[in-house]
Amino acid sequence: MVLVLALGDLHIPHRAPDLPAKFKSMLVPGKIQHIICTGNLCIKEVHDYLKTICPDLHITRGEYDEETRYPETKTLTIGQFKLGICHGHQVIPWGDLDSLAMLQRQLDVDILVTGHTHQFTAYKHEAGVVINPGSATGAYSSITYDVNPSFVLMDIDGLRVVVYVYELIDGEVKVDKIDFKKTTASANSAH
Amino acid sequence: MYLLCTVGSVYIKSKEAPAKDILKDLVEMCRGIQHPLRGLFLRSYLSQVSRDKLPDLGSEYEGDAETVSDAVEFVLQNFTEMNKLWVRMQHQGPAREKEKREKERSELRDLVGKNLHVLSQIEGVDLDMYRETVLTRVLEQVVNCKDEIAQCYLMDCIIQVFPDEYHLQTLETLLGAFPQLQPSVDIKTVLSRLMDRLSNYAASSAEVLPEFFQVEAFAKLSNAIGKVIEAQDDMPVIGVVTLYSSLLTFTLQVHPDRLDFVDQILGACVTKLSGKGKLEDSKSRKQVVALLSAPLQKYNDIDIALKLSNYPHVMEYLDNGTKKEMASVIIQSIMKNKTLISNSEKVEALFELIKGLIKDLEGNLQSELDEEDFHEEQNSVARLIQMLHNDDPEEMLKIICTVKKHILAGGPKRLPFTVPPLIFNALKLIRRLQNRDENVAEEDTAATPKKIFQILNQIIEALSSVPVPEVAMRLYLQCAEAADDSDLEPVAYEFFTQAYLLYEEEISDSKAQVTAIHLIIGTLQRMHVFGVENRDTLTHKATGYSAKLLKKPDQCRAVYACSHLFWVDDQDSIKDGERVLLCLKRALRIANAAQQMANATRGSGGSVALFIEILNKYLYFFEKGVTQITVASVQSLIELITNEMQGENATPDPTADAFFASTLRFIQFQKDKGGAVGEKYEAIKV
Repeated sequence: MVLVLALGDLHIPHRAPDLPAKFKSMLVPGKIQHIICTGNLCIKEVHDYLKTICPDLHITRGEYDEETRYPETKTLTIGQFKLGICHGHQVIPWGDLDSLAMLQRQLDVDILVTGHTHQFTAYKHEAGVVINPGSATGAYSSITYDVNPSFVLMDIDGLRVVVYVYELIDGEVKVDKIDFKKTTASANSAH
Repeated sequence: MYLLCTVGSVYIKSKEAPAKDILKDLVEMCRGIQHPLRGLFLRSYLSQVSRDKLPDLGSEYEGDAETVSDAVEFVLQNFTEMNKLWVRMQHQGPAREKEKREKERSELRDLVGKNLHVLSQIEGVDLDMYRETVLTRVLEQVVNCKDEIAQCYLMDCIIQVFPDEYHLQTLETLLGAFPQLQPSVDIKTVLSRLMDRLSNYAASSAEVLPEFFQVEAFAKLSNAIGKVIEAQDDMPVIGVVTLYSSLLTFTLQVHPDRLDFVDQILGACVTKLSGKGKLEDSKSRKQVVALLSAPLQKYNDIDIALKLSNYPHVMEYLDNGTKKEMASVIIQSIMKNKTLISNSEKVEALFELIKGLIKDLEGNLQSELDEEDFHEEQNSVARLIQMLHNDDPEEMLKIICTVKKHILAGGPKRLPFTVPPLIFNALKLIRRLQNRDENVAEEDTAATPKKIFQILNQIIEALSSVPVPEVAMRLYLQCAEAADDSDLEPVAYEFFTQAYLLYEEEISDSKAQVTAIHLIIGTLQRMHVFGVENRDTLTHKATGYSAKLLKKPDQCRAVYACSHLFWVDDQDSIKDGERVLLCLKRALRIANAAQQMANATRGSGGSVALFIEILNKYLYFFEKGVTQITVASVQSLIELITNEMQGENATPDPTADAFFASTLRFIQFQKDKGGAVGEKYEAIKV
């Protein structure tokens, strides 16, 4: 069982002062094996904070990030799964599933994690899964109205990944989960 | 004499004579020894030896004729005589040995103080006796001896040794003694200690608080301090501040609801500090910071501190560095307590307080502030801007304008940090306005999206003085999208114009251009407010920029991204298949050119990745039903790629291979779907 935290679009301090307190108390160091961050932190302090939760931190560049040297895309392998990360402002139209699917094919990954829209989504299509963890701080977005703070925790176990999404709605943390199985044959139905 | 004392104590024990008589005799007889040092030790012995033989309440030596008063009388006399001897030491011997004498005296002080300790231990000494007899007599001696060392030590001793309840009840008497002391006595330390003790006493239990109110402790202490400061004209600043600090701690503990008391203290501080200029030494500064931090920590609500009218006045006396330190303390307090600041007056007051962070203060020479520290400082201001909020749009707009006024005075170094958070806070307001009832009349409110956009325009313009064109461009595009949501076509167009101008004139770094172009295309693609002409102009420019990027692959990608500008799913007026195809073909031409260049310069074919990307775009539009994207065109592209990959000049490229393979898989998958989709894809042979 490998826990992977996926989050992004915090936009600290331009659009949000800090992570919600309820999220902060859940993100305890030592419990998570990898962190995937879609970008737009935006400052070094946030990077350092994420590092304290888990030293294995993978970040891609968002258009507001202070650090310009983060890569545009990144791929990594965790267990049986190949994961790809990209902030998403580079994929036009923004949030369009088919265009994101193209990126997924290009990176040749099972799970593609992107952000930019601040809207949590998890799609399954024939090439794999596209996950958007939303904005961890609920930051303003020109694309999505009424953003709730959210992040994703993936539990990778063999050929199966369970995607837990944590959303802060009206002050309460709500959890939902989606199952994906990797097979070499045809796809399972998505949630 | 020692023998006499010993015998006397045994005599008392034997109870053959009343204790009080013996004690009286002994204490009188000790007068025979007038030599200070010997006298002190003798009396100290007497005190020691008689201690358990005092006719205290419940002791075996108590009788009808012998009471606690006698015990008290005995100890008081002993004390008085000891003090006299002790003081006399000061004046014996030549002047040049004064220091040596003082040192000796200080070593002996406990002997004198012991008496007070004994007094405090006597059970029978209750509040009344303390008030009537003990305190009066002790203070009398302390004042009359007119000796600096004795007075300082003994006052402190009294405070430490007797219980706090007693002090409260005799506060006036006790405080009354202070002005009568020698001017050189360090009254402030003693007073501070007294107040600290009382503060702790108040903290120990809520039940004791009414006592404080009853004796009007605050008023008495406040007056006493005032008198002391007045009397000691040349008291150093740190003394004054320490005194007021202790009084403040006391007040926060005992009268937390009396903001007027707190303000009074700060006011008195200001009065005393006035005319002294800014504080020079670091100890004073630290003490002032502690003084100002105390209300923040106590109330955990910046609103309260903002209500204290003298608070900013005290801050004026800090040097610039300390002002900034204090500002950081204030911001940290707000962030920790997550307090939202909800009206423009409070914002104004707050920004005045933290002005050290907001702008360069006069006299501030080139700040040697480490760059990282400066960033941290400014980022904390940025976070603070997120904490300003009011649900009422009119008030919110006032807040925004107040902040704007302050940050625009901040200078080029600060603007890149402070402008973005303000812009986004304003955009949130605009969205709230969009969500509310459309029927609200626009004329009589100041808070309309249009007016806010005007303000935003001015603010972003200020960034040109820095300059940070990339940030400014992003902000213009954000505003354009917001204007689009508000259906304000001219406003949106204006923002786009500004963004384009920045792109053309200011953004020259290749990498920055690529990102900028994607942001422009992405934003433009989502706009629905533009009429045909405006849209055409902006689109034409965007494709132009795309084709002129430096590196061919970048050009190619930007150009095929532009294809989406001509086909927007939810807008029927934007479905121009012809232009889509033109874009894709142009992208193909660029890809070809890139190939040839690679052949020429490196002797081997460049990556086919671009072609595969374009193929994917073809498939995208093919599936959308763009008639100009024919099966034939898709097919020929597939063949082109296959040939390239199998050609002699081909460099092995596993990434491209995998990409192509997954694309073909996708086509197959679509075919297998059956139905309308399957039919479409049927014709494509893989």
